Amino acid sequence: MQSDAKKSPSAPSTKTRFWHDPAKRALVFQILLVLGVFAVLWFIVQNTLHNLESRGITTGFAFLSQEAGFGIIQSLVEYSESSSYGQTFLVGLLNTILVSALGIFFATVLGFIIGVARLSNNWLVAKLASAYVEIFRNIPLLLQIFFWYFAVLRALPSPRQSFQPFDNVFLNVRGLFMPQPMPQQGFELVWWALLIAIAGSVVLARWSKKRQDATGQLFPVYKTALALIIGLPLIVFWLSGSPLTWDEPALRGFNFRGGMTIIPELAALLVALSIYTAAFIAEIVRSGIQAVSKGQTEAASALGLSKAKVLRLVVIPQSVRVIIPPLTSQYLNLIKNSSLATAIGYPDLVSVFAGTTLNQTGQAIEVIFMTMLVYLTLSLLVSAFMNWFNTRMALVER
Amino acid sequence: MKKISLMAASAAMALSFTGLAQAAGTLDSVKERGYVQCGVTTGLPGYSNPDDKGNWTGMDVDVCRAVAAATLGAADKVKYIPLNAKERFTALQSGEIDMLSRVTTWTLTRDGSLGVNFTGVTYYDGQGFLISKKLGVKSALELDGASVCIQAGTTTELNAADYFRENKMTFEPVVFDTSDQTVKGFESGRCDVLTSDQSQLYAMRIKLSNPSNAVVLPEIISKEPLGPLVRQGDDEWFNIVKWSLYAMINAEEMGLTSKNIDKMMTKGNPNIDRFAGKGITSGLGISGDWAYQIVKQVGNYGEAFDRNLGNGSPLKIERGLNALWNKGGLQYAPPMR
Ligand SMILES: N[C@@H](CCC(=O)N[C@@H](CS)C(=O)NCC(=O)O)C(=O)O
Repeated sequence: MQSDAKKSPSAPSTKTRFWHDPAKRALVFQILLVLGVFAVLWFIVQNTLHNLESRGITTGFAFLSQEAGFGIIQSLVEYSESSSYGQTFLVGLLNTILVSALGIFFATVLGFIIGVARLSNNWLVAKLASAYVEIFRNIPLLLQIFFWYFAVLRALPSPRQSFQPFDNVFLNVRGLFMPQPMPQQGFELVWWALLIAIAGSVVLARWSKKRQDATGQLFPVYKTALALIIGLPLIVFWLSGSPLTWDEPALRGFNFRGGMTIIPELAALLVALSIYTAAFIAEIVRSGIQAVSKGQTEAASALGLSKAKVLRLVVIPQSVRVIIPPLTSQYLNLIKNSSLATAIGYPDLVSVFAGTTLNQTGQAIEVIFMTMLVYLTLSLLVSAFMNWFNTRMALVER
Repeated sequence: MKKISLMAASAAMALSFTGLAQAAGTLDSVKERGYVQCGVTTGLPGYSNPDDKGNWTGMDVDVCRAVAAATLGAADKVKYIPLNAKERFTALQSGEIDMLSRVTTWTLTRDGSLGVNFTGVTYYDGQGFLISKKLGVKSALELDGASVCIQAGTTTELNAADYFRENKMTFEPVVFDTSDQTVKGFESGRCDVLTSDQSQLYAMRIKLSNPSNAVVLPEIISKEPLGPLVRQGDDEWFNIVKWSLYAMINAEEMGLTSKNIDKMMTKGNPNIDRFAGKGITSGLGISGDWAYQIVKQVGNYGEAFDRNLGNGSPLKIERGLNALWNKGGLQYAPPMR
């Protein structure tokens, strides 16, 4: 047999018809399949367009440049009633990104704290943490959003009787009103100082790592970097004559005007999303930490490392590898859950674009297609980033 | 949950539009199914509101019942599908419902670009403002800077923006999905004013825990002719829904009520005979006594108005524009001959 195979490696291959060659045959089939899929898709799209037209339903994306004509309560970019539907897409998208990004940040911080607390040796702390997880994980998110929104709204006073925790900061049923910093000419210098401070901190961290590798001496990197990043811009700010004024909120008529506002819809959604997701993250963190074998901790303590250092240098770096993959799916869940915004009137993409814009234009297919594309893209971007982060973490392994 | 149903409806719509041939006519499928699928609100007293046993009543509901009486001979053969403002057109376009009777304003763009046809006007309305009494506001022109509770996906949302822009005032729109949430938002003080079609303000006011704390401002800022609608492209069904409402209006004009119609039919009045289907072929493709069934089982327009919105109801709305044309109002139906 061996000799047989050796004898004829090239000779018969020229003679085989290409459909007898499995590799080539597979290629042909794959091309046919792809063509088939495209043909079916094309057929579906053509048919849909034709049917929509015959039923008198407008199609196409021309609506994106038409005037929207409705107001939106919160917008990170310029928006007015005379802006286009395309602009409502952008406003909704940014509002979705805003609440998702903030939600991911707070849920992660809170989740890590609760997750570590569950493993605490202090009985009360551990029990409180597990009560938190059990309660918030098991109540439907929509109910939690309604709770934070309507319960908290009812507890807050009317604009005329606002709480005033600090000078020029007002809290009432319409939101939290704060003075808004208005950078004046010359403020760019402060940004530059901040940039330089960050770059300096990176250099410092590299230098201290090298020094530690060489001499074993430790340098307080975190504290120095913090001092640098806060201190340098402050000094520059002061030297350049404080080029900053504040736009202060003031009660005029029905509401406060001027300054910055955090609307209650954003606050309620953010609180609900963070608290809910943190319960899941806490469990992920707990299991991640428990996955690090006890021998590691014991060995580290035997070397004389302090408890905090054992956690920071030995346990966390190893558990992070276990934590990241399930953490990613929690982040994706949070982004998708943020679309419950529409229930309490937070103007996210689903509320503004897949809601009002869809309804006013009636172009359901186009609008839902764009909306799904956004969620898909956001999810893919987050997964890509987390995968990159994960491989970086995994590389540390020796 | 709203998002899911909307997505599902849109997906269903995409699927239904990919189909090759159009399904059978709406009338045929209604007859085969044995009931009319009618899209209504999620709960708005006076127009379409379920009681605790799930029985629906209201002006819009009576239009659905009239169509069921005309096509199936039984007013109660209706399945009510509750829809919020954002979902309603998609539900109709995708074929989830046979007709929409849900305080929907007849506008050019809806008629022109959504693939739907409005069949008439059940109620001539206009947009107004509901405000808490203790703010002491007397006119909508004093509302500069106010927070305004609005329901998403309505003409209300657009009119409010126009009105404030026109009068060089600013406002903060707080937009909710259903009327229940809108009322709650207003009640919790999130907004200074609630804006909606004026008749619905009265309906929403009785949902407040203390209705006497709120007043409706005198201004009417828009025209809101509310009526039923059907999918474009099925003229047979369009005619049936259109003439069901006309029959109710004509019956009021002719003095026919659910109580007296049997007696009136014996009087040999040719108009009434034609109404009851004697000596006339309607060509609607339904039983000859369709109009009689509507009046017998549902009543005429005036009866329905009185029972749901007028003096026989908690809302106590005046007939106003909705009186018959010969009584100073706008309700007018083409003759049945
Ligand atoms: N007539 C307007 C508004 C109709 C509308 O949706 N009104 C609200 C009252 S603010 C309603 O009936 N909501 C009941 C519901 O969502 O179930 C339109 O056609 O856009």
